[in-house]
Amino acid sequence: MAAYYASILYGALLTVGVSLAALLVSVLLGLLGAGAKLSGNRPLVALATGYTTIIRGIPELVLMLLVFYGGSIGINHLLELSGTGATLDINPFTAGVLTLGFIYGAYMTETFRGAILAIPRGQFEAAAAFGMGPLQMFLRITAPQMVRHAVPGFTNNWLVLIKATALVSLIGLQEMTYLAKQASAATRSPFAFFLFTASLFLIYTWVSLTLLRKLHGRYSLGAKRGEL
Amino acid sequence: MNWEVIFREESLALYGEGLLTTLGLLSSSLAVGGVLALIFALMLTGRSKVLQRIVGAYTFVIRGTPLLIQVYMIYYGLAQLEWIQTRWDTVWPWTYFKDAFFCALLAFSLNTAGYTAEMLAGAIRETNAGEIESAQAFGMSRFQLMLRIVLPSALRRTLPAYSNEVVMMLHSTSLASAVPAMLDLTAAASRIYSDFYLPFEAYLFAAAIYLCCTFCLIGVFKPLERHFLAHLAPRTN
Repeated sequence: MAAYYASILYGALLTVGVSLAALLVSVLLGLLGAGAKLSGNRPLVALATGYTTIIRGIPELVLMLLVFYGGSIGINHLLELSGTGATLDINPFTAGVLTLGFIYGAYMTETFRGAILAIPRGQFEAAAAFGMGPLQMFLRITAPQMVRHAVPGFTNNWLVLIKATALVSLIGLQEMTYLAKQASAATRSPFAFFLFTASLFLIYTWVSLTLLRKLHGRYSLGAKRGEL
Repeated sequence: MNWEVIFREESLALYGEGLLTTLGLLSSSLAVGGVLALIFALMLTGRSKVLQRIVGAYTFVIRGTPLLIQVYMIYYGLAQLEWIQTRWDTVWPWTYFKDAFFCALLAFSLNTAGYTAEMLAGAIRETNAGEIESAQAFGMSRFQLMLRIVLPSALRRTLPAYSNEVVMMLHSTSLASAVPAMLDLTAAASRIYSDFYLPFEAYLFAAAIYLCCTFCLIGVFKPLERHFLAHLAPRTN
């Protein structure tokens, strides 16, 4: 019994790994998406709008199955056409990270877009007047201020992403949900194992929430709040 | 790409059956979850500290754990507790635990109830203090105040957030396919994939159907919001 619990704990590391890697992908895509949506360049805006609309309209699980099963066949088909005789297997970790990152990138796009819009226009004009280039402006003006506006939405997305990592078990990644299911099948005491896994998730979400609250406080220093 | 197989009559029938199950699961879990959510929201905003704590703990756990685990917990977990096992052949409410649809419905209803209760409770707490004061000045009882002033306004203000929750629930019903005996839209796609080894076409077709359903739901909620929240819209003249 104890060995099963230990294996689930070990699987928790994989859960943390998948979620952090997917977070990285989604933040990058979110920044790109928000930049595209705010660029005013028509094809870019249309592309980003199509991305966020379609992705947010399809269940995560279906997208994951599509990427994992459909993607590997598609890639191998392309490799076959190239005639090198090479084959590539998408492993569940990569498929999970890419799909989750791709999906939550759409949600992050909307969060970041709103956060950037919340920064007063005058700030950008002042930065331009100081002769800052786009990159400097992003690093010195946009990024530090958008964090404060983005954290509440970011926190929601992150909590949903953590919970969505459980779905990766359905394409065979041996993270904690997968191991809990195996353990319950082997020992016939599913209740205990699922309860254990659920509490690990609860701890993970609770710790994240506490840390992100601190971050929000840190980036809200000096921001004026109206007295009610 | 081989779309011929997907558009064959048998395949379309399978997708249709899956879509019906998905929509059935969605509507029934929203109905059950909605009633529960209203009760929970009233408890969360009520006077009893004990009830507040209990419901607060409930929403914390429901919102902090993956739905997939909640489904497993009810389908595999509860169904294998001895206490239930000795009863599920004969004693009335427990006989339902043998039914996969019921287990999925229970998990989804409890899940959406947790999220919706917090939304509703938030809207109830945000009710304009002036409206409550004037209702009290009219001599309304607590019950009348709730029924005539707070709930009509809070339910309307929850509408935009609730439409998101409904779309999320539509997507969540795809987890029913993780339960072996259920044939929802995702499970139908998986079956076509394994029958014909056409993953791309099978899942893409299901994704398109989900996308249409999402747009339909948004199309239903937008006019509703315009109608019920007209009093909050910016003035146009």
